[in-house]
Amino acid sequence: MASMKNIFLPDRYVNQVVPTNGFTTLLTFLTSAAMAFLIVFSLAMSFAADRLAQSWSDSLANSATLRVSAPLADLESQTEAALNVLSNTKGIASFRLLKVEEQQALLEPWFGPKVPISNLPMPRLISIEEDENGYDRVGLKLRLAAEVPSAVLDDHTRWREPLVKAAYRIWFLGWLSIGLVFFIVISMMSLVTRAALSSNKKVIEVLRLVGATDQYIAAAFVRKFALRAFFGSMLGAFGASMTLFLLPSEADQTVILAGLRLEGFEWSWLIFVPLSFFVFTFLTARIASLSILRSLT
Amino acid sequence: MEGVAYSYGEELLSELNLSISQGSFYFLTGPSGSGKTTFLKMCYGSLIPTSGKLSVFGKDSSGWSRDEIAYLRRKIGVVHQDCQFLDHLNVADNIALPIRVSARNSLSDSVNLKELLNWVGLSHRSKALPPELSGGERQRAALARAIIMSPDVILADEPTGNIDWEMSQRLIRLLIELNHMGKTVVIATHDLNLIRFTKASVQARVLRISNKTVQLAGSDL
Repeated sequence: MASMKNIFLPDRYVNQVVPTNGFTTLLTFLTSAAMAFLIVFSLAMSFAADRLAQSWSDSLANSATLRVSAPLADLESQTEAALNVLSNTKGIASFRLLKVEEQQALLEPWFGPKVPISNLPMPRLISIEEDENGYDRVGLKLRLAAEVPSAVLDDHTRWREPLVKAAYRIWFLGWLSIGLVFFIVISMMSLVTRAALSSNKKVIEVLRLVGATDQYIAAAFVRKFALRAFFGSMLGAFGASMTLFLLPSEADQTVILAGLRLEGFEWSWLIFVPLSFFVFTFLTARIASLSILRSLT
Repeated sequence: MEGVAYSYGEELLSELNLSISQGSFYFLTGPSGSGKTTFLKMCYGSLIPTSGKLSVFGKDSSGWSRDEIAYLRRKIGVVHQDCQFLDHLNVADNIALPIRVSARNSLSDSVNLKELLNWVGLSHRSKALPPELSGGERQRAALARAIIMSPDVILADEPTGNIDWEMSQRLIRLLIELNHMGKTVVIATHDLNLIRFTKASVQARVLRISNKTVQLAGSDL
C-alpha cells in the first residue's frame, strides 16, 4: 500500500532519489507506446473478426441460393418450375429471383462493370430465406432433382463453416497476440528494472545507509517505470486509435482493411490498455526490484 | 558485545566483549585492515556477527529483520571516509535524505535543515552538488546528514582521512559539541594527533584493535 501511495501521491524526493537515465526512460516509454499500439490493433483485429464471424453466421445461416443452370431455351421454364417448387415448400419464409442487374453486380469484381451477361449463358439465381422452423433440405433437394433437374440448391454450409472458422481463428490469434505482447511487456519491465537497480547500486547503498527500507527503494524505482509505461502506453493507444479512425469504413467493401476498427463499447478498451500496462508494469517492477534488493545484502 | 566474532572466510575479529554506554566518546584505532570498519558496520547492521551476541539499543542483532535494520540506521548516524552522496541531488537534499526516507513532517524538517546547514557552515553551499564540494565540505555535509535525525549514536569511519588538519579540527569540534549534547560518538581513526586534540576537550576513551580483538588503550595516547 505504501508503494502505491508513493506512486499516486508523489513525494518529490521519491521521484528524485533515483537519477533519471535518459536512455532507459526513453526505451521504457517508446517500447510501451509501441506495445500498446500493437495491442490496440490486435484488439481491433479480434473484434473485427468476431463481428465478421457473427455476421456470416447470422446472415448466411438462414439463407440459401438456388441456381438454375439450363440450356438457354429451357432456362425460363426451369426457373418457373423451381419457383413453383419453392412456393410449395414449407419452412421457406421468402424467395426471390435475382434481377439481371443484381447478378451483374455479383460478377463485377471479377469481370468489371457493365458485363453484357444477357448475352451469356448465365444461370438464374433464386435467393431463399427460411423461416424460424426451417425447411427440409433433403426433401427439397429430392423434389428439385425430380422436377427441376438443372437446379442446384446451395445452402452455403460448404463455404460458410470454413469462413466462420477462419474468422474465429483470427479472433483467437488476435487475443493470443495480446497475451504475447503483455508477456513481452512483463519481460521487458523485469529486465529494465534489473538493469536500473544494477546500475544504481551506489544509490541503493546510500539510501540504505540513511535508513531507507526496501519498500521505499523499490517504490522509487517502480514509480519511474510504471508511470513511464503508463504514459507511453497512452500515447501508443492514442496513436493506434487515430490510425484505426482513419482506416476506411466497413461500408466501403472495395478497400482492404475495411472494417478493422473499434465500435461502440469496444472503444472503452482504449482506457483499459494503459491501465493494464500500469498494473502489469507496477507489479512486475515491484516484484523484480524487491527480489533484487533482497539479494543485495 | 559478548564474544562477538566476524569472519570473511578467515576470522577478522574474535572474542569482542564490550559495552558502550550512552553519551560516551570513543576512538577506535588499529592498523589498516585490522577490522575497524567491520566493527562499525556490525554496529549499524551492515554486517551481522558470525558468532557471539551483539545488542544495539537492547535488541539482539541475530533477530534483526531487513526493516528493523533500516529503522536502526535512522537512530545511528554514520559518517564514512568516502562520504557517499547521491551526486544528482544538491547538498541540502542529500542532508535531508534520512528525513525523506523516514517520511517525517517536511515543514519542521526544513527549519532543522536550515539550522543544521548553518551549524556545519554550509549554508552558502546548500544548492551545490556533492562533486562540487571540497573534501572538508563533504565531510561536514556527511556529518549533517548523519545527525539530521537526531540519532543517539554517531559512528564515524576515518572521517578526517581525506581532509587537512585545520578541517579535521573543525569537524572534530562539531563531534565534541554533539557529544556534549548527550550523543554517543565512536570514531575509527589511526590519526593519533586527532585523538590527542580531542582528549584535550572531552573525556574520550580509546579502543585498540589488536590480534583480532579490542582492548582499551592506556593513557599513553
